[in-house]
Amino acid sequence: MSFFEGLRFRRVSSPIHRLDPRVKFFYVCVLFVITIMFGGTIRKPELLPLIILFFVQVPLVLVAGVKREWIRSMRGAVFLAVFIFVFNFFFQYIYGNYESLPLLLEYSFAMVLRFLVLVESFSIFFLTTSPDHLGLALEQSHVPYEFCFAFTTAVRFVPVLAEEAQTIMDAQKARGLELERGNFIKRIKNYIPLLIPLIVNAIRRSLELAEAMESRAWGATEKRTNLYVLTLKNSDYLLVIISILMLILAVYIRLFLPVPPLTMLLHI
Amino acid sequence: MIEVKNVSFTYPNGVEALHEVSLTIRDGEFVAIMGQNGAGKTTLVKHFNGLLKPTKGEVVVDGVNTKEASVAALSRKVGFVFQNPDHQLFSETVEDEIAFALKNFGFEEDVIKKRVDWALNLLDLKKYRKTSPFMLSGGERKRVALASVLAWDPKAIILDEPTIGQDQNQKDVLQQFIAQLVAQRKTVVIVTHDVEFVAECNPKIVLMADGKILAEGSAKKILTNPHLLAKASIVLPQIAQIFSGLVGLGLPTDVINIHEAEKALLDFMEAKP
Repeated sequence: MSFFEGLRFRRVSSPIHRLDPRVKFFYVCVLFVITIMFGGTIRKPELLPLIILFFVQVPLVLVAGVKREWIRSMRGAVFLAVFIFVFNFFFQYIYGNYESLPLLLEYSFAMVLRFLVLVESFSIFFLTTSPDHLGLALEQSHVPYEFCFAFTTAVRFVPVLAEEAQTIMDAQKARGLELERGNFIKRIKNYIPLLIPLIVNAIRRSLELAEAMESRAWGATEKRTNLYVLTLKNSDYLLVIISILMLILAVYIRLFLPVPPLTMLLHI
Repeated sequence: MIEVKNVSFTYPNGVEALHEVSLTIRDGEFVAIMGQNGAGKTTLVKHFNGLLKPTKGEVVVDGVNTKEASVAALSRKVGFVFQNPDHQLFSETVEDEIAFALKNFGFEEDVIKKRVDWALNLLDLKKYRKTSPFMLSGGERKRVALASVLAWDPKAIILDEPTIGQDQNQKDVLQQFIAQLVAQRKTVVIVTHDVEFVAECNPKIVLMADGKILAEGSAKKILTNPHLLAKASIVLPQIAQIFSGLVGLGLPTDVINIHEAEKALLDFMEAKP
């Protein structure tokens, strides 16, 4: 359950929360591109820029006041990060496809950090953007309203489903179901009594929701108006400019400046 | 049967749902836990079969501390029927649904057969033996859920909001059914805010508000005390309201259900010349 808590958006107000979701998404995309640009090769790994990218974002987390949730989501990424490290390190090691051990280590860490930077930026985006704003942003980006609605509804029902799953688990435990018992196959089978009620209830609820919406004139007119309209503020323009500058800088470094491996700088 | 000693419980999100609650439910006792939404009723009864473990204090069920036993082991003694049957029904047929718990508890095949037959008979579900539980009406689904718990014959039965979504007819059947269980010396605990239903059943009442126990006592004592009930946002049963309005005529005030009202009125008429 604590895992779901970590994903849940909380309604707080901070300069980051107040930013336009479209601008935040642009920032995430820019970061995505930059992260993919660096990392280097096995012979010439580039850990340094990725370390910088990771720490540049930490102030955003602090300003937004989502430190606890952010740490939780990063902790969730640790498992995959270890996986990525082990894969890169061992396979290159086994094939002997490396110049020196420090370089190989740096390369493996660079790959891990690339993943972590991506998780970091996405988690900042989702932790500071309410599903409503996200839907609004989609709508104002001319995505058909049906899709926006489906998207926001799906996001909003995640905590509801999580809660319901907990109740179902309690009900089946009270009938003697022990999830942790038996061999692998038996354990998978143990989940059937949880999944069937969950799915049946989700379908029932969606039908009810559809009826409730239609009786409130959903889709009655082609042109819908919105109570809130997103407009770009100065802070939004600032973030756009910062993002573009970051992109230009990154492209410049990529094209014209050499990025030395950290191992070389530290003379290992 | 169930001993709750100074139990406090705080949910992971920081909400304290129970505060220093102590309660003893004896073997064969029939108890109704009442209070408004959010008073901590369901949180309290979820401690009775170990679904929740107390943050402070302890719960002892049939001599076993709930902290030291699994939910499955405790459930063998304390059957818990959830409010919404849709949270537990998953099998292809009603028969399989009832057999599910019996298989979990490791009963022999022929015993399972006998128990399923017995439970189907008990709740008048024989004609639905091979029907999918999802095809049944709300009230019938509730009965299947109840049958699936009663099948393993637990010593105590907890019913969470058993009257919600039931019509008057079904409520009457339920009332008779509970009376039967009580007559068989089963411990029965119902969680409800259906004051009329409780007045008809006449159990011992535990009144809760804000995670604490306000009062406990007989239905007659609690349901005729408007000040106490107001604290738990519960109104008097209609019969009790009438009799407290007519107190000037010399009628008794501790009348809560139709059966008693009839008797009190007859006595009153006979006493008058």
